[in-house]
Amino acid sequence: MFSFELLLNVVVAGVLLGGFYAAVSLGISLSFGLLDVVNIAHPVFVILGSYAAYAANSSFGLDPILTGLLFTPLFYLLGVAVYRVYYASFEKKGEESLRGLVFFFGLMFIIEVALLLKFGVDYRLVEARYIGESLHFGPIGIALRLLVPCLVGLLMTAGLYLFLGKTFYGKAVMGVSQDSLALRLMGADPIRIKTIGFGLAIATASLAGSLLILIGPVEPSIGREYIGRVFAITVLGGMGSIGGTLVASIILGVAESLMSTFSGPSWAVAVSFSILLVGLAVRPAGLFGR
Amino acid sequence: MKRAVPLATGLGVVVVALLLTRLGGNPYYYFAAYVIFQYVVLATAWNILGGYTGYVNFGSAAFFALGAYTAVVLILQFKAPLPVLILAGGLVAGLLGLGIGYLTLRLRGVFFSIATLALAVVLQTMVVNWEYVGGARGMNVVRPAAILWFRTYVEFLFVVMVLLAVVSATVAWWLQHSWIGRGLAAIRDNEEAAECMGVPTLRLKLFATTVSGFLMGVAGAPFPYYVTLVEPASAFDLNYAVNSLAMPMIGGTTTWAGPVIGAVLLGTAQQVATVTISSALNLLIVGVVLVAFVILAPQGIVGLARKVWRGRAA
Amino acid sequence: MAETLLDVQKVTKHFGGFTALSEVSLQVHEGERFGLIGPNGSGKTTLINCVSGSLRNDGGLVLFQGRDITGLPAHQRTRLGIARTFQIPKPFPSMTVLQNLCIPLEYAAPARSHGAPRDDVAAEAMEILRLIGLQAKADVPSIGLNQIEMRKLELARAMAAKPRLLISDEAMAGLSSAEVDDILANLFALNERGITIIMIEHIMRAVMRFSERIIVLDAGEKIAEGTPDQILHNPAVEKAYLGE
Repeated sequence: MFSFELLLNVVVAGVLLGGFYAAVSLGISLSFGLLDVVNIAHPVFVILGSYAAYAANSSFGLDPILTGLLFTPLFYLLGVAVYRVYYASFEKKGEESLRGLVFFFGLMFIIEVALLLKFGVDYRLVEARYIGESLHFGPIGIALRLLVPCLVGLLMTAGLYLFLGKTFYGKAVMGVSQDSLALRLMGADPIRIKTIGFGLAIATASLAGSLLILIGPVEPSIGREYIGRVFAITVLGGMGSIGGTLVASIILGVAESLMSTFSGPSWAVAVSFSILLVGLAVRPAGLFGR
Repeated sequence: MKRAVPLATGLGVVVVALLLTRLGGNPYYYFAAYVIFQYVVLATAWNILGGYTGYVNFGSAAFFALGAYTAVVLILQFKAPLPVLILAGGLVAGLLGLGIGYLTLRLRGVFFSIATLALAVVLQTMVVNWEYVGGARGMNVVRPAAILWFRTYVEFLFVVMVLLAVVSATVAWWLQHSWIGRGLAAIRDNEEAAECMGVPTLRLKLFATTVSGFLMGVAGAPFPYYVTLVEPASAFDLNYAVNSLAMPMIGGTTTWAGPVIGAVLLGTAQQVATVTISSALNLLIVGVVLVAFVILAPQGIVGLARKVWRGRAA
Repeated sequence: MAETLLDVQKVTKHFGGFTALSEVSLQVHEGERFGLIGPNGSGKTTLINCVSGSLRNDGGLVLFQGRDITGLPAHQRTRLGIARTFQIPKPFPSMTVLQNLCIPLEYAAPARSHGAPRDDVAAEAMEILRLIGLQAKADVPSIGLNQIEMRKLELARAMAAKPRLLISDEAMAGLSSAEVDDILANLFALNERGITIIMIEHIMRAVMRFSERIIVLDAGEKIAEGTPDQILHNPAVEKAYLGE
């Protein structure tokens, strides 16, 4: 039944979920928002990260977040490889719109089906000390399995924000889609910058995936729910704005949490889709957009 | 190109299909052939928006399933006859196409594509929660007994699907050679230039989305009678989204013939393969072939054939 | 005194916080040869985009033949008689040179019905190609053209829309002296047939020779207007191009 206590808990859970959603969406903010590469396969890379965490956890008992961190360089290299193929096949020839999209779509379900073949349809989960516990602040209960991903998500957001704003390569990534000529004059190769940026985007998927499997069990097709979410967040938050991504993630998290509690969990997916449509119709540049 | 020849060929194909059913044969072949011709419709429909106009639809399953579920509702409520089911399924799916188009086509093409991706998930959620059509468990539909002179109803459905395939291919052929088709090609080639050359891009795009959606709904309408158990998991199967896209991309996207070739080749291969390999492995192979074609042979089989032709002529 | 064909009244355009055009006004008379110049980034192409409909201006009005077209989409403006070329040519890559022209002939040219026999449209397209000197390349895929041929295709395509007003956006950039004269001759010929032409160019000798009147933009504002002679001797113009 409705009570203020319940509402508070739902909102708090939503905010925590939002922090996690930010972790998942950072990659899209980078690749789509800043680099204009429509990597619809990003959620499935996240799932790949989840399975990496699962495998390490079930075979060696490794903590998922640790696995996420360890695999980050590998995912970076994977991102670099994918971008090289994408660039050579499509971007160079200016055909990125139709064929690039299809390429990522094909990549998406190749990875999804490969995971299906390797791990089957059963849900997989991880064991970690902090999963079952919660903290209590008065009437508000905060599950650690939500809090930890949220905190890591916030850290990732802050880290990326600093990287983009303060470092040479970061600033180059921010500027590459707007002014590649200026970059060249500064001695930086735009293609190399984009490769680094895309590699970074996929690298975030490793850690995001480990967070995902902390929050709940995964199976290969749950990436599809996230496609709507990450693009809704990127559009709402303003393409490429890291701060906007965080704000939009929290808004989405709270909206989904409310919808899920008061209308039923299956309607949560409709929330992200509606937000996406509204975002596109009303403000294509997003809240903090360029 | 004289108009009469394609029409005659199309009719010829339908007549051959009819004759085949008179000859009999293993009923399983009709089940399999139905699926292949169903994909001809889906691939052709996808290509009108994807290949001709340049806008990628990732949510073919949504339109297909909408056609199927419209038919389910009409069967439950009115026991409507098949032609009504087909028309209604097409109209509802066409409206969905128009709606999605209206919401997203004023923006860049990628947003349309992303919206179609999310659309399938949302629609599936809605259907799963709709008890009237059976929700997640699905709905049983009684397949009518044999009709007219056909041995079984499925053989009748097979011929119907062949007819629908011929109609779709004819629509695609006509479009390709019409002024509308030239306008769509201009949009695909360079939308900004097309708009400045007098092409009403938004209107044409909406037209393409609606026709594409309509044909996909048409393909889905006989589905309830075909499977007799209509459940969201199978109606919204990823296979539909993947195949509707892979078949034209592999066959060739600029002509009406590409999707047909892709559907027949890939569809047949899959029907043969499902007997021997798992459905998941099948999907994996389609994915790999799709990516390979997109990277190495973007013009598809039709494009490769043209190159060989030109090479020989040179 | 010739009729005012294009009347741009205090057009303003913002991109986020950046003001690309600030209350720019100009009038182009029927049959006129009009020049639009200014340093890079001064807003020339933005102004053209607002006139042709590729962009919507945030403030001000655009009137064509006395009619307010500010809210019309680009394709309708083309049908009314405004055609433009693109600074970076945008051919339709899957089509031949001839087919490229068939699009505006079928969609933009007034009194051309969609049902007209294909042969007529093709014949008209060939005529235009002959006028501009591209008839030999009619069946060549449009991506197979060189620089000047691409520019000519842009021009031919705009002509195929049967415009009353043709806007040429830096059609001569990067061309040799002889090629510049070639394009210039084509533009003069078009004007002789009654088409009003707005030329955006950096090649000064071309603009000065061609234009009857010129306006100068700098940082989104109109800073000068007059005959080529007046512009040449205008100190504000000198300052804009050369700096203080």
